[in-house]
Amino acid sequence: MTSGKGGVGKTTATANVGAALAALGNRVVLVDADIGLRNLDVVLGLENRIVYDLVDVIDGYCRLKQALIRDKRFEGLYLLPAAQTKDKAAVNPEQMRQLVNELKELELGDETETPRQFDYVVIDSPAGIEQGFRNAISGADRAFIVTTPEISAVRDADRIIGLLEAEELRRPQLIINRLRPGMVRSGDMMGIEDMIDILAVDLLGVVPEDDGIVISTNRGVPVAGDASSRAGRAYRNIARRITGEDVPLMDLEKKDSFFGRLGQILRFRG
Amino acid sequence: MSWLDRLFKRKTPSKNVAKERLQLVLRHDRMKLPPGLLAALKDDLIRVISNYVEIDEAGISVELNERNSRRSLVASIPVVGTRRKKD
Repeated sequence: MTSGKGGVGKTTATANVGAALAALGNRVVLVDADIGLRNLDVVLGLENRIVYDLVDVIDGYCRLKQALIRDKRFEGLYLLPAAQTKDKAAVNPEQMRQLVNELKELELGDETETPRQFDYVVIDSPAGIEQGFRNAISGADRAFIVTTPEISAVRDADRIIGLLEAEELRRPQLIINRLRPGMVRSGDMMGIEDMIDILAVDLLGVVPEDDGIVISTNRGVPVAGDASSRAGRAYRNIARRITGEDVPLMDLEKKDSFFGRLGQILRFRG
Repeated sequence: MSWLDRLFKRKTPSKNVAKERLQLVLRHDRMKLPPGLLAALKDDLIRVISNYVEIDEAGISVELNERNSRRSLVASIPVVGTRRKKD
């Protein structure tokens, strides 16, 4: 999960895609590759459970299993947190590739469950195009690009697409985040077609702007688990498309019903 | 939404939750001590101190404090009895 530009919602997208994939019955591990600027842990609300991190694993300071944090709210969801004290140079692309391979082969189980491998390893890339980005993509088989309908974000996404292709990560898929249908309608924001037209990539999904994201991040609870949230539904659709299902784009024009909105308020505040 | 909050006796507003989580996470970041390691430190403390005095394990708190940019580790360890009998 990458973007080039920072602040477009990569980490939120990673958390929610992961939670939604897990809710579909998959075994998922989320890897925070933003070394030195750890954040996936707080977005997931798992910050208080960190003992070891990705760099501890790579340095041989702990075993891979010891650094994995199991999300108790989403069955099958795990986090490998980034180090907060080191920087990008603490890891190189080869080490990252090995780590991802190790994750792919790891079998996890407990008293109640038979050991099972991960179905998905989702890597949250740092912003930028330097070593952190290089590390993040080195172990990846597919790439998802998060962008917002802003000139700066789309420009950076285009640069990233070029870099991904040079690294043999062909056919990256686009997640358009924070789209405001009203502004698109009035001609004040680039729409889905505009961005696909410019970037010439496949679309994976569109996530509408949603105040619920701020609230869910405040609380550390991914919105993908919220049945009444529009962004949550968008992420659940994206997860299903990742698994190969053909899911039509949700109707962004449809206004939320009064009860839908009320449900959203009660769920988040209550 | 505030009248609704009062009507339904809402739990803490999410921004307060965010602020508290942020403050805690920053204390750990600045001291380079992740929360999970602090928990391990607490377990070690219990083990060592129990060798000398009888303590109430449930009442123990070990926290990172930050006041006027001075960082400290504050442990409160309730003592139940005096020195334990040698077995």
